[in-house]
Amino acid sequence: MEKPLTKNIPSNGDGPLLLAAYESAGGYESVRRALQTTPATITDLVTKAKLRGRGGAGFSTGMKWSFVPMGKDAPRPKYLLANADEMEPGTFKDRLLLEGDPHQLIEGMIVAAYAIQADIAYIFLRAEYTLAAKRLSRAIAEAYEKHYLGRNILGSGYSLEIYLHISAGRYMCGEETGLLNALEGKRANPRSKPPFPQVSGLWGKPTIVQNVETLCNLPHIVNNGPNWFQNLSHTADGGTKLYGASGKVKRPGLWELPMGTTIREILEEHAGGMRDGVKLRGLLPGGASTDFLTEQHLDVRMDFQEVQKAGSRLGTGTMIVLDDQTCPVGMVWNLERFFAQESCGWCTPCWSGLNWAERILRAMEEGRGQAGDLEKLEFQTKFNAPGHTFCALAPGAMEPLQSALKYFHADFEQHIREHRCPWR
Amino acid sequence: MATIHIEDRAHQADPKQNLLHACLSLGLNLPYFCWHPAMGSVGACRQCAIKQFKDEKDTRGRIVMACMTAAAEGTRISIQDPEAVAFRAGIIEGMMINHPHDCPVCDEGGHCHLQDMTVMTGHDYRRYSFLKRTFRNQYLGPLVNHEMNRCIQCYRCVRFYREYAGGRDFDVFGLRDQVYFGRQTDGVLENEFSGNLVEVCPTGVFTDKTLKQHYTRKWDMQMAPSVCVHCGLGCNTTPGERYGKLRQIVTRYNREVNGYFLCDRGRYGYEFVNSRQRIRQPHVVRDKNKASITKAEAVQHLASLVVRGSKVIGIGSPRASLESNFVLRTLVGADRFYAGVDDHQYRLVLIMLDILRTGPCRSLSLREVELSDAVLILGEDVTNVAPIMALNLRQSVRQQPMQASDKSHIPRWDDHAVREALQDAKGPLFIASPGATRLDDVAMRTYHAAPDDIARLGFAIAHALDKASPTVPDLPENLRALADEIAQALKKAQRPLVISGPSCNNEAVIQAAANVARALYAAGSPAGLCFTVPECNSFGLALLGATPLSQAFLAVREGAADTTMILENDLYRRAPTQLVDAFLSRSRHVIVLDHLRNQTAEKATLALPASTFAEADGTLVSSEGRAQRSYQIFAPEGDIQASWQWLLDAMAAAGRPEGAIWKHLEDVIAAMATEISALAQVRRVAPPAPFRMAGEKIPRQPGRYSGRTAMLANISVHEPKPPDDPDTPLSFSMEGTPDQPPGALIPFFWSPGWNSIQATNFYQTEIAGPLRGGDPGVRLIEPEPQVQGAYFAKVPSLFVPSSSQWLLIPLYHIFGSEELSFFAPGVAELTPKPYVALNAEEADRLGVKVGEQIKMEIAGTAYSLPAKIKVELPLGIAGLPVGLSGLEGITLPITSVLEREDKLPLA
Repeated sequence: MEKPLTKNIPSNGDGPLLLAAYESAGGYESVRRALQTTPATITDLVTKAKLRGRGGAGFSTGMKWSFVPMGKDAPRPKYLLANADEMEPGTFKDRLLLEGDPHQLIEGMIVAAYAIQADIAYIFLRAEYTLAAKRLSRAIAEAYEKHYLGRNILGSGYSLEIYLHISAGRYMCGEETGLLNALEGKRANPRSKPPFPQVSGLWGKPTIVQNVETLCNLPHIVNNGPNWFQNLSHTADGGTKLYGASGKVKRPGLWELPMGTTIREILEEHAGGMRDGVKLRGLLPGGASTDFLTEQHLDVRMDFQEVQKAGSRLGTGTMIVLDDQTCPVGMVWNLERFFAQESCGWCTPCWSGLNWAERILRAMEEGRGQAGDLEKLEFQTKFNAPGHTFCALAPGAMEPLQSALKYFHADFEQHIREHRCPWR
Repeated sequence: MATIHIEDRAHQADPKQNLLHACLSLGLNLPYFCWHPAMGSVGACRQCAIKQFKDEKDTRGRIVMACMTAAAEGTRISIQDPEAVAFRAGIIEGMMINHPHDCPVCDEGGHCHLQDMTVMTGHDYRRYSFLKRTFRNQYLGPLVNHEMNRCIQCYRCVRFYREYAGGRDFDVFGLRDQVYFGRQTDGVLENEFSGNLVEVCPTGVFTDKTLKQHYTRKWDMQMAPSVCVHCGLGCNTTPGERYGKLRQIVTRYNREVNGYFLCDRGRYGYEFVNSRQRIRQPHVVRDKNKASITKAEAVQHLASLVVRGSKVIGIGSPRASLESNFVLRTLVGADRFYAGVDDHQYRLVLIMLDILRTGPCRSLSLREVELSDAVLILGEDVTNVAPIMALNLRQSVRQQPMQASDKSHIPRWDDHAVREALQDAKGPLFIASPGATRLDDVAMRTYHAAPDDIARLGFAIAHALDKASPTVPDLPENLRALADEIAQALKKAQRPLVISGPSCNNEAVIQAAANVARALYAAGSPAGLCFTVPECNSFGLALLGATPLSQAFLAVREGAADTTMILENDLYRRAPTQLVDAFLSRSRHVIVLDHLRNQTAEKATLALPASTFAEADGTLVSSEGRAQRSYQIFAPEGDIQASWQWLLDAMAAAGRPEGAIWKHLEDVIAAMATEISALAQVRRVAPPAPFRMAGEKIPRQPGRYSGRTAMLANISVHEPKPPDDPDTPLSFSMEGTPDQPPGALIPFFWSPGWNSIQATNFYQTEIAGPLRGGDPGVRLIEPEPQVQGAYFAKVPSLFVPSSSQWLLIPLYHIFGSEELSFFAPGVAELTPKPYVALNAEEADRLGVKVGEQIKMEIAGTAYSLPAKIKVELPLGIAGLPVGLSGLEGITLPITSVLEREDKLPLA
């Protein structure tokens, strides 16, 4: 099967392709093609390809671009931002792409920028990805040297500057509007939408923020067309997907597979199944802020619609696997501790509720759970529902909690009743 | 107007507004925190959650935030929906997790918005069983107290301080439930409007530190509608009193004047009323001996002096009420009534008055200042002279850029979205002043120059707008270009405004401003023209008509007068020391009516304790020309009474006819309106004394005022009758009408369930709109259409710096330049020590470093002052702070030699 996203990435740990090798492998061909056609054509292609955002929300990429004001009266400068602030717990797919094939991202960014006629692009990179930073810096320099970036790219008349920005930290910087504020040098509080970034984004100008994996798909769509892209997938959503698995599986890792591969195939075939001595208890299919699924869901296809029908979210597609030797309450506590700490402090249900949930869970783990705790946790999951909070951080934080309460209710009750964690 | 449905009932709403605004305007109880009527919505706190339904068939609905949802046509919502009700209670529960159980000891209790919203949502049971997070508090200066444990993270403080007021030294730190609002390090808050934090903060994080020194609950205070006396803007205030002591000042909403805010001088200057320097007892000086006398004796003594007719002159005051000034004028006669103001300053006030009456441009209200979309300031440091005008100018520079965010369909109430779209864009604001001003950071262009050069720029702008106005000879090319740029910006604007005033003490600056306004008008533009005035009744005194002060000095010098009556004024601030000394020593009788012991009062042969604004009623005329009534808050102890009352008593005792006819304030006002045509409208300023609501007076005390009978029990166990108030429709009591009085008579804002200042919402016709029944005040000065004006033609020549002398110009300080507020300890603490300011080059020329002494001689008096560098001062110019201790009575500008004071060699 074709693996366009990872075809250049050496599996032996070697460094990524430098520019000459990248070009030999067909690199920057899509830029040449794109520059010879109109921006609208590119957007149309991407829409037809049914590419959905790989950052977790799964919004149609082509439709997202269609809201950017175009034409000579559009406000300028326009911006294209690559969201490389991968901080969703359990997610490491963008890291592979950034460290393994940085030119692919740059090529994808040029295509996207051209489609929306952006003047300036930023890669907003998570600070801890120091290797990616080095490799991206070099790739950007190489691209400038070969006139794939800068003024009058390849003589086309189109100009694009790319800057690599290293984040100062915080999960909220990975949220689209938090990223915009952080890039402007402000606190990473989110913004309300509307107005959407396409209308008022970075510095109040039209902006598209796109996930790294999403952008990496663009060169291949341009080179091979939307039909090819759709045919890569098992389901209605187009393309391949980087799927991952972490937890007590035999082979934790990342695999590029057709979109819509089943959970079973990822877990048993590619990750090798559970380690000897442990059994599957449940899994978060797309990172920490997704609902648990259990063994009854192993045949669910990992795409946006199907996972939603099963009661969870595809999210980033990197699953965190819970085994039967690990305390579910402890796992959820760990996650809620993360979310509570990452709350920016802007909206009341999140800063008050995540803190409260985390403390209850810690108390439970430490044997101080009380009657009524489960009701309070249930309350928080409804209190921090989408629309109730200012952004999606808290509703995301509630997903593992609400599903854990559903599937592992007995474990929670046992902690309270026995005044201890039975796993310790 | 749009039709929206609330609980299935149709209502009218403004579709340009949000649903919270709409619901509150309808008088509905919808709780909120982070939304503010002057700052719009950000959607942070989630307290205003309501249910929104797609259509009539939708029974489930979804929760939305009212403040972030437009009141669009057809919107269907429910406030009472059980899920929304439960959600709102949950928000309070979330805030209460960390909120300390401080109510009994918290200053905010009783006027706390968090208390009100907690009760409103019904949350009353604590389920959280863990520890609360706590903080270390910061020292923020003498005016604002910090208690961070109480914070509910609504972000209002930092939004006001940084975004609205432009402050830089206060910010938000931290994360999650440990967000911290404060400074990077402890220190005095630098922004001149920091005191508004105590009202903007819905809990007790930021509270009035001066109130803390003499703390009283809101319900225990006696209050009345008042007007600030510390500058010429006439901001409306609500002072509170208990036990004969003034406790605090809070904002009194007046949409046309100060809106929701006060400056720090106005909020904290009140402590002069409680000062130990108060004159509380009449005294006479006989044979160099000061002797206290009784009120009756004082009246008799005053009467005996008054009957002496033409030998008596009266000096009126720009900080005393119209009524006090008018009675004095009546008593001494119009031709023996003098202006207690520096001659030149008085002349400038008269010129400004004349310009506003001649027109064609009118003065703008402060609200209109905020809406101006292009502003030129000539010669004024507005932040220090008319602070709230500066606050409004800071908002005005957003007007033009907001047209762009309007085009993107971002509603104006969506505060952060508008700010994001605007970025740093600012509309045209041009400031020409001698030194840098605190508004310079939002100005498009600044021009720092000598006053004459500022005037020249103004004349050049006028000429660029209308060639018929005088030209400016010898104008350098760069200034011509600047004048053109400013002219273009003003002409293109829809609501241009020119601001000037007497602060440079330069006639040409004022005339240039008038020319610019006239030129704009000639170009078809509806320009406004605002002047600042130094004091709270500068225009009032001028409207009464008074003779310049130097004539008074002359009259006494020539022996035409020998008895001087000085109304609420320290003449040593008005004229050089030698002149005042001579004047007072030559007067056989010096009668002083004033509040505080000052240099003039020390020279009085008869001193009478005059009521401050808090202890008497009176009318003041602001720089807008707005006459406003300020009401007595409490009946003063002992022999203190209103100046007009002293004078009336004396007239009665002296057998003067007015003494018999003028029984009450109303009579004085009626007479004043009749005699002075310019003041004909003062009767309309507020409902007259006989006004009642359903037969009842309006109580100054809230219904829960406590201790009425216990208060004086230590003096006498017999319960006294509350003092009578025959002069106003207000009573010194809690008894009276429970209904909302007309705007000019609102003693405090309170509504059922709304004990905090947010109750103001329910007195307005719509949120942030006018008060029901109209905003207080009556404009007295409008351009008279039949008067044909002309351009001023005297263009000053270029300022040439002298090589041997410096031009000393006045520099103003919000803390220290005003006489009365300086008596408040907090204000005094923040007042700079006297200095002389130079630019760095001049300091080098003198061989002086910062802090080293410079000596100068002004009007015969030698001064030695430490040097301070102000980089933008032009060459040949040095700045002296106005009104600071030791520098009163200096009339600037004046030229002087400056020399470094050589340090004495050590022995």
